[in-house]
Amino acid sequence: MKPITPVGIVGYGAYVPRYRLPASEVARVWKGEGGDPPVREKAVAGLDEDTLTIALEATRNALRRAGVNPQEIGAVWVGSESHPYAVKPTGTIVAEAIGATPYTLAADLQFACKAGTEAIQAGIGLVASGMVRYALAVGADTAQGRPGDALEYTAAAGGAAYLIGPAKESLAVFEESLSYVTDTPDFWRRPYMHYPTHAQRFTGEPGYFHHVLSAAQALLEHTSRKAEDFRYLVLHQPNTKFPERAARRLGFRPEQWKTGLLSPEIGNTYAGAALLGLTAILDEAGPDELILVVSFGSGAGSDAFILRTTEQITARQKLAVTTREYIARRVVIDYALYARYRRKLLTE
Amino acid sequence: MGIPGSWRLRNQRLSLVGEVCHTCGNKIFPPRDVCPHCAREAQHAFQFSGRGEVYSFTTVFNPPAGFEEYAPYTVALVKLEEGPIVTAQLTDVEPERVAIGQPVEMVTRKLRDDGHAEVISYGYKFRPRITTD
Ligand SMILES: [Zn+2]
Repeated sequence: MKPITPVGIVGYGAYVPRYRLPASEVARVWKGEGGDPPVREKAVAGLDEDTLTIALEATRNALRRAGVNPQEIGAVWVGSESHPYAVKPTGTIVAEAIGATPYTLAADLQFACKAGTEAIQAGIGLVASGMVRYALAVGADTAQGRPGDALEYTAAAGGAAYLIGPAKESLAVFEESLSYVTDTPDFWRRPYMHYPTHAQRFTGEPGYFHHVLSAAQALLEHTSRKAEDFRYLVLHQPNTKFPERAARRLGFRPEQWKTGLLSPEIGNTYAGAALLGLTAILDEAGPDELILVVSFGSGAGSDAFILRTTEQITARQKLAVTTREYIARRVVIDYALYARYRRKLLTE
Repeated sequence: MGIPGSWRLRNQRLSLVGEVCHTCGNKIFPPRDVCPHCAREAQHAFQFSGRGEVYSFTTVFNPPAGFEEYAPYTVALVKLEEGPIVTAQLTDVEPERVAIGQPVEMVTRKLRDDGHAEVISYGYKFRPRITTD
């Protein structure tokens, strides 16, 4: 997909909470199967943090880099699977806090880990059509795995925000995008259930790999591009192995994906995962570099984007806290504190 | 930048929007009808930078009802870069690591979450500054 009017990223921002739970702590308590853990450690939200506070800090960083009048933001969309409310949008609270209300669209999107990139696709359309000047797309989560489940090693907290706007104001321009979805029951959560359920036989090949690779290959084919044309690659990262394996199968090399692969250090931030990886890339990219982004959401589907950075990127990188600065702000906790912070203890 | 009046009042707690006095130029927080410096009417909404430093602080070990799960936590008087002093909870910091003069910055966090049925209360807190500027 290519919009009639060129559209890009005017500002981007990240947020990662400061607490880290090492994989060794999960293995110590739950007697892991041995072997390499899926990540080294994961980011854990503090007691006073949730998807809204994460989305809001990422958004403020995006606005610092964009420097636009918030009243000109015509859409505020937050993608997550851990919205604080079942009914009551996170988007209106973000919109209010940044001063974008009242004349704006605001909504929450839900598509497992690709809810944030879905918001970007919708934002591109709305900006390109001229209906709004700027659209805000956020992916943020405070994901929870059932205690003792394999997901507990990786289910992490974090988020990223993107202000979509006209290409001439952008630090990176969308060259082309593509979305690929099928009905695949790899992972789900019914209403009133606290923890998700995953169908082991669907999670790897038919879930993640099929959708990520199909979306990426179709986009490369459609644009006649090859892996070596890109300076950077970022994929959805539920662990360390999946994105590395998918990147290799697409013909990419480690130096293209290592900047955006944050899961070994912060875990799987779900709707934030591919989008946080992209913030780490934008923090260090130079002008006129090509980036391939492919998300994945269970259920299932992938959004793929080709971005080209512009000369405006360099001046805006330092206007907000970088993703690496957030990752470096690290406080290790043990499983007991983790259980308290994530409210896994019954207190009444 | 014009910010509609309705937004300013609801948002003093979410994002530290106060006022600037159009007569003497002092920055005012929280917003009020009359300027505390020159007694004129203060009218223009002003978005504070959120940067300040710890002016004084105390650690709460026996919190009021509704805040038990956060204890112990530190409450500080924060002197904002633009002048006013605000009272707020500190976050992302161990009570023993707080010091007078410490640079802090505003973040929006949950103030209170009464459980499963009530509205969640969000508002400003301050944390040790990590912004580079
Ligand atoms: Zn005055």
